[in-house]
This record gives sequence, structure tokens and C-alpha cells, in this order.
Amino acid sequence: MTQKNRIDGGLIDRNIPLNFTFDGKKYSGFHGDTLASALLANGINLVGRSFKYHRPRGIFTSNSSEPNALVELTNEDTKEPNTRATTIQLFNGLTAQSQNCWPSLKYDIQSINDCFAPLLTAGFYYKTFMWPKSFWERVYEPLIRRAAGLGELAPSTDPDHYDRGYRHCDLLIIGGGAAGLMAGLVAGREGLNTILVEEDFIYGGRLLGEDEEIDGLQCHDWVANTVKELEAMPHVRLMPKTAVFGVFDQKTYFAIERLSDQINSVGPRQMIWEINTKHIILASGATERHIAFGNNDRPGIMLASAMRDYTNRFAVRTATRVAVFTSNDSGWLTARDLNQKGIDVAAIIDIRKKEEHQEIAKKNTRIPVYSEDQIIKVHGHNRVKAISLLNGAKINVDSIAVSGGWNPSIHLTCQHRQRPIWNEVISGFIANEAELPSGMKVAGAAKGIYATNLVLQDAMNQANAVLSELGHAPTKMMIPLANDDTYRGKTFWSVRETKQRAWVDFQNDVTTKDIRLAVQEGFYSVEHVKRYTTLGMATDQGKTSSVIGIGIIAETMNKSVEETGTTIFRAPYIPVAIGALSGPHSGKHFRPTRETPSHPFAVEQKAQFVESGAWLRSQYFPHANELHWQESVNREVLATRNNVGITDVSTLGKIDVQGTDAAAFLDKVYCNTITTLNINRCRYGIMLREDGIVMDDGTVAHLAKNHFIVTTTTANAVQVYRHMEFCRQCLWPEMDVALISITEQWAQYAIAGPKSRHLLEKIIDKDHDISNSNFPYMACDEISICNGIRARLFRLSFSGEMAYELAVPARYSDALIRHIHEIGKTFDLTPYGTEALGVMRIEKGHAAGNELNGQTTAGDLGLGKMVSKKKDSIGSILSEREGLVDPMRHILVGVMPCNPKQKISSGSHIFASKSACTPCNDLGYITSMAYSPMSKSYIGLAMIKNGTNHIGGKLRAVNLLQNQDIDIEVTSPHFYDPKGERLRG
Amino acid sequence: MKINHPLLGPRNASEFTILGDAKLLQRPNTPERDQARVFYEYLYHRDNPIGQHQELWFHEQGDRSWLIVSRDTLTHEINNVELASNVIKKGQTQ
Repeated sequence: MTQKNRIDGGLIDRNIPLNFTFDGKKYSGFHGDTLASALLANGINLVGRSFKYHRPRGIFTSNSSEPNALVELTNEDTKEPNTRATTIQLFNGLTAQSQNCWPSLKYDIQSINDCFAPLLTAGFYYKTFMWPKSFWERVYEPLIRRAAGLGELAPSTDPDHYDRGYRHCDLLIIGGGAAGLMAGLVAGREGLNTILVEEDFIYGGRLLGEDEEIDGLQCHDWVANTVKELEAMPHVRLMPKTAVFGVFDQKTYFAIERLSDQINSVGPRQMIWEINTKHIILASGATERHIAFGNNDRPGIMLASAMRDYTNRFAVRTATRVAVFTSNDSGWLTARDLNQKGIDVAAIIDIRKKEEHQEIAKKNTRIPVYSEDQIIKVHGHNRVKAISLLNGAKINVDSIAVSGGWNPSIHLTCQHRQRPIWNEVISGFIANEAELPSGMKVAGAAKGIYATNLVLQDAMNQANAVLSELGHAPTKMMIPLANDDTYRGKTFWSVRETKQRAWVDFQNDVTTKDIRLAVQEGFYSVEHVKRYTTLGMATDQGKTSSVIGIGIIAETMNKSVEETGTTIFRAPYIPVAIGALSGPHSGKHFRPTRETPSHPFAVEQKAQFVESGAWLRSQYFPHANELHWQESVNREVLATRNNVGITDVSTLGKIDVQGTDAAAFLDKVYCNTITTLNINRCRYGIMLREDGIVMDDGTVAHLAKNHFIVTTTTANAVQVYRHMEFCRQCLWPEMDVALISITEQWAQYAIAGPKSRHLLEKIIDKDHDISNSNFPYMACDEISICNGIRARLFRLSFSGEMAYELAVPARYSDALIRHIHEIGKTFDLTPYGTEALGVMRIEKGHAAGNELNGQTTAGDLGLGKMVSKKKDSIGSILSEREGLVDPMRHILVGVMPCNPKQKISSGSHIFASKSACTPCNDLGYITSMAYSPMSKSYIGLAMIKNGTNHIGGKLRAVNLLQNQDIDIEVTSPHFYDPKGERLRG
Repeated sequence: MKINHPLLGPRNASEFTILGDAKLLQRPNTPERDQARVFYEYLYHRDNPIGQHQELWFHEQGDRSWLIVSRDTLTHEINNVELASNVIKKGQTQ
């Protein structure tokens, strides 16, 4: 329970102790800790292994730029890999595991890779795994895949849920440090609807880790007062633990809020926010970068600013004896602050000449200073033990604070291909102000302004600019008094004299040598070096490493940094889990499930359901004594053919078409003629695409003068309606016609079989005569049923039997299906599902989705005569193109195995007997198959080249995947009642 | 992305589906049967410009209007949105 490295002070709450477990051992920390600070407080620094060489690694930063301290958060059998210990807010019961090491963090077997480092240089994979070619799939790829990747996926489904929300504001401020808070204060006091987003769980940014004053207060007290004032403003929304990760069009910003780091948390764990704003102030600050020197990746080496954070904010002693290695004044501040806390600062090694750092040196008197000196080598393996300097001195230390300058966080300014600009004064890239995303202003350290008083001034200026653009007067606030220490430093990338490997990118194990080698091999563009060496391509996206890499490329090529250029950034700014992006849209919530109004009744009938688009349709209705679905389907087919069956066809698309030009309009969208269709009659219709291919088929019912109902297939209902609206609004807006989808408003049942009329007569009201002479095949009418309930009756047949489709407003659907079943008992009425429906349509040779596959013309389906040449309709002209009327096209035919017991399969390809199964001999393929209880054989529909000429002949159906080669007979597609006598009966 | 619907105001782009170049409005009006080439040009030859582009969008999850959206394909800026039927009717009166 002892936190041996905990010191006094800090912004932690010692009244709230928290327990946590790391690598199986129990530790404690306090509310206000991150996992990283709590580990450091307990003396744990070694937290992970690197990607390629499996080198031991320690905590390096105090924020989301962390390259090393990636851990797995675990909870029972689930886990989240690659979380950054430096950003996870400690909670009671947190359990974490180090990753990329086996059998343990201290003794990791793959660290043997480190010995092969001379082999594993830049481009290793490209150079090594070249030959022989056949080795790629069998040897190299599995090997590389096993060794690759950081962390491991959880073995089970993510137990948490994620959500998504939308927010709107006048001003979005990104970053809650000095600049963000100041801008927020100005905007808030002027009443702007403002959102202030901060990635950390408390506001303050760098001010939390610094020992300086604002308006006479300790800077973190000024932060606390400011946050308190902002929290009291109803029009200001503070969003801590939220990181903006993407800049999108029209001032839309995406942010991720980490509501809880706990796995299996109460409520959503993370939320994606879409923030729509008018103005943006980017106050994202800057992150410190390191210097590349020999063995600079050893645990105990930390960014100078991170060391200040752990000391001042988290009250953690990160070192017993520390050396500071710096190119700028930041290192000196660390030396000062650690010294004040009683930590032994052994040396300040500054690469600058004495006169270059004399300003800051005035404030440090007791610490030994090595000017114009560099660390050439670090001693120690799992922890720093000593350092050797360029001048030959060796100093025993257990920690090094390093600063190579600062990188303004300009990520969000460059997501739309803007190029940042190099600024030599601050040794950093800043955004090109002329190319910022629309509505964005950059404030404070994010544009390279580092003195606190200038940051506050700049933030106020930017907020004033927003105020004036929104028509407000500028604020009358005074700028708070603050520290005016500006940035003083020298551009410096790496210690060239070092003989050991010097790391640039810790996470991907890229060293200075790799970069120099890449340049030597002719990779001159930054983009190429990046990809060849994988510099900056790890999960930290090179936040600490990219700019150093660019510097070293420039040095190696003897060019300036401007000439060398930079890579640019893409969303996301920080890693975002796919689970968070999908939000609540997972599993059954991925899309809505559509159920027909009689779904509950089908469930009671023990229907098996099948997904048809979003719809659930009854597939078949098994009886208790049936052992195989085929038995149920055969029974349903025979019952329908011999007696009467009923099936739910509510899922078919139904479109109501009305207007004085309704018929003329339908003449335009259907390739066959509709204007000749009499009232109370239906017609089969085919719609073509403009390119002449069949789009969809269905029926057109002329219900009354200027009133039609057209149906579409279940699958194409949405597209057909969209297309018809396109025709109406975009092609012929002058026509008097209105369209509305009534798919969900009307439920529809097909009642099929020789006894269907007798059954219907028991349901429909007496004044409607549906005798064959009065209501023949293809008749339709508006009728009433069950004493006055409105209904529509269509004499249509998909099954080939005498059949009717009865439609009622959806609210009567459940009552109707129960009533029909009650009446139907005396007729032995059988409910049937989509399987029996499919068998009967194949027996009849009706084309369905498998045949309307986006490649077939009306002619291919044997319906070529339907394409009217007397009128213009969509697709009619292009349907006559040479290639679409070629007699060698694939034509719809029937196929039957010569041996009726042999089962043919859909997808089989057709070959002539004795011809080799090669693509050039391929005659076509089977689109649909079923067992036909009427033919007592398997039957199929097939698209065969010049198919009509093959009818009566014998061919082979070959399925190489299933090792099938079956002799088949080619037939007409109409297997059953080819003259259609039954449906007219 | 948001589309400023002329009747409904700004709506999220996820409510819409896109069809493409608004050239599809200009369907050849031809009773003759030898117009395959004209239709071929109409259907297959479309511009894919950098910059200003007129596109057809359908407000499928909304009022089912077909819209003509003038969008800069480089910046995604939308500077004009009109009902397709109005555009055609205007064209006919001109």
C-alpha cells in the first residue's frame, strides 16, 4: 500500500485513496492520479516492451503523446489493448497488464530481436522476404503476422456500449489550457454559446504542471477559479475528457468523450460527439519533443515537462538523482522544480553555449551546468544507471529529463491537406494562417507563443476577433498578469557522435541510423522515408517523433527543414475505437428489423424466419413430426397445389400512383404498355434501367380512374420508389401524377389453390361477386370484407394456382389472418413460407431476384416481346443495343438432372458433354434450384448461352467446389401447367 | 455534411442519397428509334470536374424531394440547393 515515491503537494485528493492492480500486483493511488502517475508513485517505471526489438520501456510523457506506456485494461475475460497509461484516470479496481512481452515484462523472450538489430534495419521486410515467391504465403506472412502488432484483441465481445450525440454552438474552443480558458472567459462573459473541450480530466493544460503565478495566484488556483466561473455560465458547456479528433466539412468537428475508462461501465463508456459550430479557436497547446542520443529509450528517461507534471501536479518523485539534457530553457525549469522538491539534480547538460543560456542560468545557482555538452551514452538496461558526456565525464543518475524543444499541436489545422510552415525562432512547425480550416483561429502555444502572458493576450485577441465577427463589441476585460518568460532554445535533433543506437520513434523502434540509411538508399521525400522506416506510423502518430525525424532527414541531406518539408495529418488525432465510431449501431441495432403486421401470428405458428433485406419473412412452418425442412416445404407445396394455402406478401413494395397522367407516367417507367389497361384489371410489368437491363418486375393494378397500385419485389422496393420519384420530379415534372409508398400501410396475403375462391367467399361481404366470370384472372377491385372492412382484392398468381391477393389496412392484418385461419379450418388451409413460394415459382418458371440480377434483359428472361416499340420508356432505346440483342446471350431455360434423385446446385456452371471445364467452354450457370414435389425431381432455372436452342438437349452441371458433375436435360422453364389452365380455373 | 434543403432548412447529409451529375435531368426527348448514340452520351458521358459541380440528391429519409445541389468537389462547400422540379420548370419557361 505504500506509495514510496509520493511527495507533498499536488492536485490529487488524498482523502480518496484508490486501489488498482498492475501485472497481478496490488497498488494504491489517489483520486486525481492517472494510471501512469500512480505507477510512478509506487516506484514502477518499466511498463512495456517496444514493438520490434522488445526493448524495456518506461513512462515517457504525461499526456496523449505517450509512445511507450501502452497497457491492456482488463476486466474478467475482456480487455482493451493499447490504452495509454498517461491518459487513463485512475479508478478504484482498475486492472491493467503490460503487453508485448512474454513470459514477463522483465524477462521477455523476443527481446532477442534486439541482438539481431543490425539485421532489422529500415526496409528489413522489403529486403529480406523477397524470394522465393512461393514462401510469401506459406512461410513469411504467417511468421510476420505472429510477431506483428502491439497488444492483443480481447477474446470476447466488447461488453460496453457506446453512443453518439450532436451539439451546436457559436464558438468551439479546443483545449482547456491557458489559451482555451482565457478565450472561454472572454466569450462566456459576452454571452456566446460556447463549448470548451479538454482532453484531460481536469482543465489547465500546462498550467497544472508549472510553478508560476497568474494575477498573483498560483497558476492552478487561477485555473480553478476560471473553471468555476465558466461552470456557472449556462451558455458555456465544459466538456472535459473529450478530444476533438477530426475536422470535417462545413465546420463540423468530431470529438470523443471518454465517460469512463472502466470496462463494463455503467452507461455508455465512450461517446462520439458531432459538434457543429460557427467559429473555432484551436488552443491545443504544444507537446515537448526529445533528443536522439545513445540508448535514449531506457526507462527513467522522460520529457522534461512530463517530469514537472509528475512533480508539481501529481506529487510524484520520478527520480532520486536526475540529469537534465536540454536544447532550451524547459530543461532548466525542470531542474529548478525538482530541486525545490528536494530531488538531487546532478547536472544540467545544455547543448547551447554559456552565453546562449545565461538568462535562465541566473535563476539556478547550485546545480552543476555542462554547457555546449551532450549525453553520448546511457548506461543501464531496465533503468538508467549513469550517463557519459561528450566531454568524457560519467555521472551516476537514475533518471534523465530531456527537452529538444516544443511542437505546436497543429494536427487539426492540417487535416484538409494544408501544409504547416517551419518557424526557426521556436524550432517548430506552425499552421499556415492563410490556409486554416474555415472559421478556425489558432491561439497560444498551438501557434508557437509560449510566454504565459503572451498566450493570454493572444487568446483574448482571438476571442475578440470572434466577437466582432458575430457583431459583438470587444471585451473590456484586463489581461491577467502572468509570467513573461519566452521560449529560448536552439534547434537540435540528435547527438551525432553517439555510437549506440539513438531512438527517434520509440513505439515503432525507428533509430537515427534507420533514417540515415533510408536517405542513403535514395529515399529523399519525407513521405517515402516515413513509409520505408515506419517513422511516426505507430498509434501515437509520431507526436513526439515526427519532427525529429524530419530534422534528421534534413541534416543528413544537408538541407534546411523548410526544404525537407513535412508529412501532413489525417483524422483521427488520437486513436478512436471502432466500437465508439459505430456507436449504438451494433448487433440487432445495426439496422432496424422490419416485421410484417402478422408477425406475432407467424411466431405462434412456429414459423422459421428468414431475413430478406431488413424484413423477417416466414420461411416455412415445421410440424412437430417433420425431421427436415424439406418435408415441411413439400407438404406446404402439395397442400397449396391440391387444396389451399396462404402466405404473407406484405413485404412486396406497394406504390400508390394517382393523377390524370398516372397511366401515361406508368407508360414511361414500364417498358410494356399500361395505358391500354382497363379499370379493374392488373397487368404484369417490367421496369428497365436506362441502359436496357431489367431493374424490377411487379404488377400494375388499375383500381379506379386515374388511380393505380403498382408492386415491386421486396428487395427493390426502396430503389424502385426512388427511381419513380426521379422520373416524376426530374424527367417529367409537368405530368399530373403523385406517388406514395404504401408498403407499410397495407398488409397483403396471397391465398392460393383450387379452394381459394371458396375460402374467400366466406370472408368477403355478400355484395361482391368473385365468380370466375365476374372476377377472372388478373381482375382487381376495391371490396369490403367481414361486414364492411375496406379491402382490395387482386386475382394474381405467383404460384400458378388459382390465387388471390387480399390487402387490408395494416391495422386489420392481425385480426384478418386469425379470422382466415379460423374459417380455413374447414378447408384445411395451410400457411406456407418463402421456401414453398420459391419452389412454386421455379415450377412455374417465374424469374425472381436470382434472375433479375442486374445483367439480364427482358429478352434474356423470355419477355422480350413485352418491350413496347410504340412508345418511349426508360431503357427502351438502349435495350436495342447490339450486345443486348445478341442471340448468343444467356437465355432463361429450365434444367432437370437426368437422374431425378441427383441434386443440382445453384451456381453450377453448364458445359457440353465431354468438353473441358474451362472458361471458354462455359455455357452458363444455374440461378435457382429446388426440389419439385410435382415433378418428383430436382429442377432448376439456368441462364444458358443461346439457351432456347438447347431445349431438349443434354448438358452437364458442374460445380467444382462441391466436386459435382451432373448430367442434365435442358427444358422449358415452365415445368408445371405450362398452359396456365389452373390459374384461370 | 449538411445540405440546406430549400423547404426544410439544413439537414444532415445522412438523410440523403446521391445519384450524381445533374446532367441526368437532360434526358433526350426523342420519339425516333435511331437515337442510341444520343442516349449513350446522356447515360455514360458525364463530367467529373474539380470545383463546381451540380449533383442530384434525394431526400430519402425526409420529404422525398429530388434536389440539385451545387457543390465544390474540392472544398465540399455547398453554395446552392434547389428543388429539381423547380429547376426544370424554370428552364422550360426561359
